[in-house]
This record gives sequence, C-alpha cells and structure tokens, in this order.
Amino acid sequence: MKAQVNGTSRDLADGTSVAAVVSLVGAPEKGVAVALDGAVVPRALWDKTIVPDGGVVEVLTAVQGG
Amino acid sequence: MDDPLLIAGREFRSRLITGTGGAANLSVLERALVASGTELTTVAMRRVDSAGQTGVLELLRRLGIEVLPNTAGCRTSAEAVLTAQLAREALETNWVKLEVVHDEETLLPDPVELLDAAERLVDDGFVVLPYTNDDPVLARKLEDIGCATVMPLGSPIGTGLGIRNPHNIELITSRASVPVVLDAGIGTASDAALAMELGCSAVLLATAVTRADDPERMAAAMRCAVEGGRLARLAGRIPQRFWAQASSPSR
Repeated sequence: MKAQVNGTSRDLADGTSVAAVVSLVGAPEKGVAVALDGAVVPRALWDKTIVPDGGVVEVLTAVQGG
Repeated sequence: MDDPLLIAGREFRSRLITGTGGAANLSVLERALVASGTELTTVAMRRVDSAGQTGVLELLRRLGIEVLPNTAGCRTSAEAVLTAQLAREALETNWVKLEVVHDEETLLPDPVELLDAAERLVDDGFVVLPYTNDDPVLARKLEDIGCATVMPLGSPIGTGLGIRNPHNIELITSRASVPVVLDAGIGTASDAALAMELGCSAVLLATAVTRADDPERMAAAMRCAVEGGRLARLAGRIPQRFWAQASSPSR
C-alpha cells in the first residue's frame, strides 16, 4: 500500500504502524510529534495506530526558527 | 529592583524573548542566547526529514531556557491549530506563539485566520501568544477572547525597519490588560528601547541578533536596551517642549 510520509509517497507493508513510520524517517527520540490525516496521534498510540492505504503522515520536530 | 514579567501566571526576570532562526550555527546561537539573558525562546516545527534539523532543543534545555513553539509558516487557522497541537505533543508545553501569515512577501499576519485560530486554541487550553498587526482593534479582540499576551509587529518580520507606527503601539499598550510584546521589525538597540518606552512589557526578536555581524554583542546590546527602556518607562519621561528651558539657575 502507499502512504504520503512528510510529503513523499512511500510503499509501506500492510499493517505498518505510526511507530514504524517514525523510525523509518529517522526521527530523534524526543521532541517529535505525528499527525495522521490531519489529526495528532499521541505518542502512547503510535504502536497501535495503523497507517491506512492512502494515509497522510506528518512527522514533525522542533528546529531553529522564529 | 524586582520587576518581573508576568505571562499567564508565570514570572520571568528577563523581558527579552528571543528567536533561534537565522543563527549561523549552534555555538553562535548559544553565545547570543547567554548574552541576551533570555528565559523564553521560540522554535519552529518542521518535518523531520527537512534541512535545518539541529540540537536546538537540547541547547535550550542545557541553558535552562523555556521553549516557546511557534506556528511559523502556517497560512490558515486549520494549519496553525494542528501545528500548535503537534508542538504541544512534541514539546510538552501548552504555550504557543501563534503566527498565521498571509503571504510570503510581507509575512504580515492574516487577521481573520489569526483570530479564528486564537479562539480555537484558547478553547483547547493553550496559552496563546499571538503575533499580530499593529492594530489596536485586533489587539483588543485577541485579548478579549483570552490570549495571554498580544504581540504586535513594529514592522514586517526580518526587515529591521523598527517601529513604523509608534502611536499605534502606544494605543495598544495604553488599553491592554495583558502584556504587550513588541514582536518583529526590531533592527537595533534603540528600536528595542523605544518599544519599552512606549509601554511594551517585553520585546521578541531574532534576526536583529542572529544576523548581526557580532550576534553575541548585539544580544548584550538588546538586553541593555530592553532594561533601559523599561526603566525609562517606569521613571516617567519629561514632557516634550517647543522652547528651551534652562536647567541651570538664572542667577
């Protein structure tokens, strides 16, 4: 199945969790948050939450700015 | 003299809030932050795989500086609300510097989207510090819906044009019952001092320091300027006169 991860189309295995996507993009341990289809997925639910076909995942962290 | 800045019940000794954008590297940023004396500093939220990822969070934690996530880059209320919620999740703070800009050329706040986002975020339990136009009416509305501060611009972000409409800033500070933070447009120390003389409670700046030839020294200058401007405001300046008035006795 395909999903949009941080703006890039990715082929993911069926049943891929949000937690797996977070490690796929090489996110740091701390200071990271995830939105799936425009809604925040709390860290505690990353393992349980499965990315659907066509899902849009954004993995964000803090950078210098403002 | 004990004169803390109070935002949403939290005390700060420094009245200078800094940004982290524009610094050449983390070591330059660190020296500037230390010289500024700041206790609250903004960061932006970006995709993990984008350029510019740094150890900025680790740096702020080490320096004991509170993190203030912003919603820079957001153009709609919906984007800003989601970004704030992501920042709350990532950084474990319900404070947010709310930015909703209209276009890339001016980076001016979009008042309609800003007010909508502010209302939603206040309802969602955020401590909202909105970056706003130097519009006294909009500032009042942001305060009325429960924002913790109002943060009018002096001039557009990154321009260093200083405070283009001092009268509007004074109108805002004269009526506000929440802290007014002059945000954006500061170019040099005198601009920061003027903001405080006009009754602002604090100044938020980044570019003026991070892109100065010597960021550390400019950060120190800004610290002094904010302190000087605050003292002058509290001291009560003399009225301006048209004719000279001798300061020495006539006989």
